[in-house]
Amino acid sequence: MPLDTIGTFSVSRLSILDETGKADTDLMPDLSEDQLIYLYESMTLSRMMDARMLNLQRQGRLGTLPVCTGQEAAFCPAILAIRDTDWFVGSYRELGARLMRGETLMNALLLFNGYEEGNVNPENDRTLPISIVLGSQLPHAVGLAYASRLKGEKDTVALTVFGDGSTSEGDFHEALNFAGVLDAPVIFLCQNNQFAISTPREFQTRSETIAQKAIAYGIHGIQVDGNDALAVYQAVKEAADRARQGEGPTLIEAVTFRMAMHTTADDPSRYRSDDLVASWEKKDPITRFRKYLTKEGIWDDDRQTALEARIKSDIDAAVKEFEQGVEIKPDAPFDHVFGTPAQIIEDQRARFLAELEKEADHG
Amino acid sequence: MAKINMVQALNTTLHDVMEKDSSVLIMGEDVGVNGGVFRVTDGLYEKYGRERAIDSPIAESGILGTAIGMAIGGLKPVIEMQFSGFSYEMMHQLEGNASRMRNRSRGQFSVPLVVRMPYGGGVRALEHHSESKEAFYAHTAGVKVVIPSSPTNAGPLLRAAIEDPDPVIFMEPKRSYRSFKESVSPKDYTIGRAEIVRSGEDITIVSWGAMMRDTLKAVEMIESDTEFSPEIIDLLTISPMDAATIVESVKKTGRCVVIQEAQQSFGPASEIIALINDQALMYLEAPVKRVTMYDVVMPLFAREMMYLPSKGQIVRAIRETLEF
Ligand SMILES: Cc1ncc(C[n+]2csc(CCOP(=O)(O)OP(=O)(O)O)c2C)c(N)n1
Repeated sequence: MPLDTIGTFSVSRLSILDETGKADTDLMPDLSEDQLIYLYESMTLSRMMDARMLNLQRQGRLGTLPVCTGQEAAFCPAILAIRDTDWFVGSYRELGARLMRGETLMNALLLFNGYEEGNVNPENDRTLPISIVLGSQLPHAVGLAYASRLKGEKDTVALTVFGDGSTSEGDFHEALNFAGVLDAPVIFLCQNNQFAISTPREFQTRSETIAQKAIAYGIHGIQVDGNDALAVYQAVKEAADRARQGEGPTLIEAVTFRMAMHTTADDPSRYRSDDLVASWEKKDPITRFRKYLTKEGIWDDDRQTALEARIKSDIDAAVKEFEQGVEIKPDAPFDHVFGTPAQIIEDQRARFLAELEKEADHG
Repeated sequence: MAKINMVQALNTTLHDVMEKDSSVLIMGEDVGVNGGVFRVTDGLYEKYGRERAIDSPIAESGILGTAIGMAIGGLKPVIEMQFSGFSYEMMHQLEGNASRMRNRSRGQFSVPLVVRMPYGGGVRALEHHSESKEAFYAHTAGVKVVIPSSPTNAGPLLRAAIEDPDPVIFMEPKRSYRSFKESVSPKDYTIGRAEIVRSGEDITIVSWGAMMRDTLKAVEMIESDTEFSPEIIDLLTISPMDAATIVESVKKTGRCVVIQEAQQSFGPASEIIALINDQALMYLEAPVKRVTMYDVVMPLFAREMMYLPSKGQIVRAIRETLEF
């Protein structure tokens, strides 16, 4: 036969919690009560901090801000599914994930008020700073995963997250290809929130799913309900286990929705309808998870009230500290141009400091 | 005549050009339905649909690479890099192909396209949204680099860029997008020609982009207590640089200050000073000064204004050069 079928491929989708909070018990991940509560609290913190930062931005107290409300289940469970010793290589729309990795509330405020100092993660030196150049962080995750293998860390994996729009970049394709070819223990977690600024997913790719792109690179691929915290946890956990066992990389497409604007500079009414947004409100990941926890008898209204009060007071404290103002070293950028001193940079630092003084004198 | 800002000037020009020439199309991230994140392409999708107002996938290399094919194939693509900070993904298509096709084919093929991109600092943006890297592009033979500075020159320069037979990097100073309006009367601008916006005898002051406004204000500040006669040049085209206009001016004034938003080293200011050194050294009565940013990674906005050239710095540089 001149025309043979030489391959057939399929793509799976995982969902565990339905919109009423009912779980498919066969698929339930192995999570303790404490872990479930920690995850729920982290998602709630993400939501509340996001709202507070948006509020501060609207008052002119923060700069341009990406918001992540509605996507909490697409990133928070992923952090629970990996270890602190694994690498986390994020994008910019995963506040809750970063907080779970040890970023402080204060640093989140600092970064979005224009201080590089906010990029420093005091607790985890395996978390890279935010990455704004779309897709550019994916190859880094591959390299980190490869490095940990070569350094003899048999157990370390790298997790990277990015949006649906970023899958159009060459870096996405090159990273998946490198991961496959180098057999790197890396997990690519796509936050398919349906839009890249105004551009809908259908304009990015003619593929029906993003998950299926894994097939072309010979790596594992799966789609999950990205508003289902348990499904995302399970998919990332399985991918991490596989990677630790030397079974290679995975692409996970978490299907979710960006409930608010792209950033505070964006006006979504120009490109999408209120009805579309409303249809996703019913799928809210936090509400759904709470319903599940309540059904299981491990959450109730009193605990909710107490949690919200605690988070609010933590956020209040961080905002207060932030509003008191921070001392910054004006010439810090000169400290970090190179790792070794260069005379021309030091000459410029001197000029900079002299100019700064003149500005102060002359106004 | 109604006053318009730079965004309106660019938008009107695109509408006008696309109406008259059906081979012109726009393509880029969010340029269609959304009208561009700065609204420069507003309304074009409504008029020309997806065929000529293409919301592209997010792939800058793909955008330029495809546009190169379109241009060789007889279209005139005006593509947008959403911010200049995301243009580096297209650099290999620019350096490797767009700039070289004419030479490589000994003129059989040319690549008439325009790459529009907002650039520059002072708008309290996130990382990668504030740099001035005109030198990157200008360092590539075969690529023209144009930077308008006002609503008056933005439209005619964009039109000239679209009509140009070569790839043109058209850098739009985003700080000037909406910061001031002008009543725009039709005026001709030619790519490769600087504009003497004010002629004078005592000192030549050269700038471009958003720094042009600050330079004009700095001159006003000096004039409030000092009588002097500056000759102010708006560079408008970074490459190919209009050496003659600058050199003639310096021969007349004997003094020169160059104001550049970008970092100090390896930029157009260095090039201007080298040209003066070549062609007008003996006419100089003072060393040529440059006011620039520093050779550091562009700081985020908490520190940004400390680093960008300030009006105070411009004033001091001019005074020092006058008094030398
Ligand atoms: C290389 C690059 N090109 C363009 C941009 C400008 N930009 C910032 S966010 C964005 C849309 C990103 O969409 P997606 O990857 O789906 O992530 P989301 O913002 O939806 O989380 C664009 C085009 C950028 N940051 N980097």
